[in-house]
Amino acid sequence: MMTDKLNMKISVASVPYFWGKESYFEFYKKIAQSPADIVYLGETVCSKRRSMSFRDWLEIARQLTGAGKQVVLSTLTLLEAESELGYLSKIACQKDYLVEANDMAAVEVANQNNNPFVAGCAINIYNNQSLQRLITLGLTRWQVPVELGRDDLVPMVDYAKKHQVEVEYQVFGRMPLAYSARCFTARHHRLAKDNCQFKCLQDEQGILIKTQEGQSFAQINGIQTQSAKVSNLIDRCQSLADSGVDIVRVVPVSAADTLEVIQQLGAILQAPDDPCFEPERLENQYEFCNGYWLQIEGMQFVS
Amino acid sequence: MELICPAGNYQSLVKAVDNGADAVYIGLKNETNARHFAGLNFSEKQISKAIDYAHQQNCKVYCAINTYPRESYWSRWTDSVDQAMALGIDTLIVADIGVMDYIRSRSSEFSIHLSVQASATNLQSLNFYHRNFGIKRAVLPRVLSLKQVAKLAKTAPVEIEVFGFGSLCIMAEGRCYLSSYMTGESPNTKGVCSPAAFVDWQDKSEILESRLNGLLIDRFAEGEHAGYPTLCKGRFEVNGKIEHALEEPTSLNTMDILPDLHQAGVAAIKIEGRQRSPAYVAKVTKAWRSAIDQAIKTGTPAAPQAIAELANLAEGKQTTIGAYERSWQ
Repeated sequence: MMTDKLNMKISVASVPYFWGKESYFEFYKKIAQSPADIVYLGETVCSKRRSMSFRDWLEIARQLTGAGKQVVLSTLTLLEAESELGYLSKIACQKDYLVEANDMAAVEVANQNNNPFVAGCAINIYNNQSLQRLITLGLTRWQVPVELGRDDLVPMVDYAKKHQVEVEYQVFGRMPLAYSARCFTARHHRLAKDNCQFKCLQDEQGILIKTQEGQSFAQINGIQTQSAKVSNLIDRCQSLADSGVDIVRVVPVSAADTLEVIQQLGAILQAPDDPCFEPERLENQYEFCNGYWLQIEGMQFVS
Repeated sequence: MELICPAGNYQSLVKAVDNGADAVYIGLKNETNARHFAGLNFSEKQISKAIDYAHQQNCKVYCAINTYPRESYWSRWTDSVDQAMALGIDTLIVADIGVMDYIRSRSSEFSIHLSVQASATNLQSLNFYHRNFGIKRAVLPRVLSLKQVAKLAKTAPVEIEVFGFGSLCIMAEGRCYLSSYMTGESPNTKGVCSPAAFVDWQDKSEILESRLNGLLIDRFAEGEHAGYPTLCKGRFEVNGKIEHALEEPTSLNTMDILPDLHQAGVAAIKIEGRQRSPAYVAKVTKAWRSAIDQAIKTGTPAAPQAIAELANLAEGKQTTIGAYERSWQ
């Protein structure tokens, strides 16, 4: 008997890396034609990355909306300077698109302007009391923090559903694991952060850190540290759906691979029994992990 | 400007009080605080005794309930809050908004300090916690420059507390999941980073190796100072080069800029180290008491010798003022 199609939406997280303007436009042109339902747009890691102006992002937002996608404008995760708060206000005060809050500052500004918001995975919502508090302030969607798994979700999903809060969980991409004042990319190039020469533009998907024995550890991406391994729950979509996940989230890696993954994910959600996920090509390029979902070390992969 | 000192046990608390702390912070014997280490922290009986001793000498006692309860374990955190409030703790240091909400459901007045684990680094974030939970003070993460700290101290609706000395966490605290990625246990969920149960030292005659859950964190030659394998302070390979890719094993010491912090209106200086010995707490508290008194009275930093002596007590014997100085970033 064929299993019914899985009733989950696909979201594409903001590109965590620094790309040139043309690359972003090119990428989102293809995303517009992809099976993605929701697209997060904007810079979430470093305010010095300015290949794209606010107007450029809005231009892409219009194109994606025209193609039937729901657009959400993302905000910075680690906010320090006043200029950063200024840019944040621009995003969190506008009324055309939903806002992804990645710091309590964004929650504050959105709430003060009576705007609903998505709590990004860097907002620590670990229990129902936190969820409830943010619902009263305008939360409509909950991105589960990266280190929480299936068992942590179970006692929260009913509460979320009862309040029409959508639950979003990352199913592909490197996981955001830490943010620092220090720019690790600049440090690797022996440059001060204030004179970083935008070195992160050279690496489409960050720089790998390995142990001295050659095992992968982390991926440095400016002030962000990601998991070296790529989370991959594509073959566990049924378990995600059964647990009450509404939206499966793809965090971009390289543009081409991201598009391929979204295509495959779309096909799998349509026909879960079809063994159409062919990870061989991707497996040669990425190490996968799925430990967090299974309530063990995030870096583990259980097949 | 207050001096806030760590106590992992009753002996340390006595040393901190005797040597001039304005407040001492402690935790319960469970994962509700970010130093959930074996043999550390306070039972109910010890807390009562500690509060009695500290209050007799006009010293406050703060209790850190600053990790993030997952729904299945929620009652452990609320029980801890109930216990601490019943025992007469002066202030709770909290990170999770659910826990803050719970405290406010019990009392609209009880003093809450926003823990460093909440990672509030800007004015709007502080506004959020002030407006929603009436926090009295916020402890800032170790990611801001001196200029940024000074600005916040002037504009924030709450008192500002900063770290002065001790282990240097280089990430925005409460938002770092590296430890659970590698071991399954993190500061947020279990109150531990790079937990000791996962550490393995391997002596390979000329080389000493430190591992965390099997992954090699560092290799030390003979005679080299071998520090605890905190995962962000190991030596790793990046593009063929072996380096401290994230941070060297240094500690934070801001004694040099203490007059600037005082000038900026910072309300309190926090000393890290509930895991350190009573003797350490005594020495560090004494040195900081005298440095703060001098900064307040004369606006000058402590003598270089006093600062150098402190460095000797630090983990790794090296110190930095960290992110307070832009060039570190």
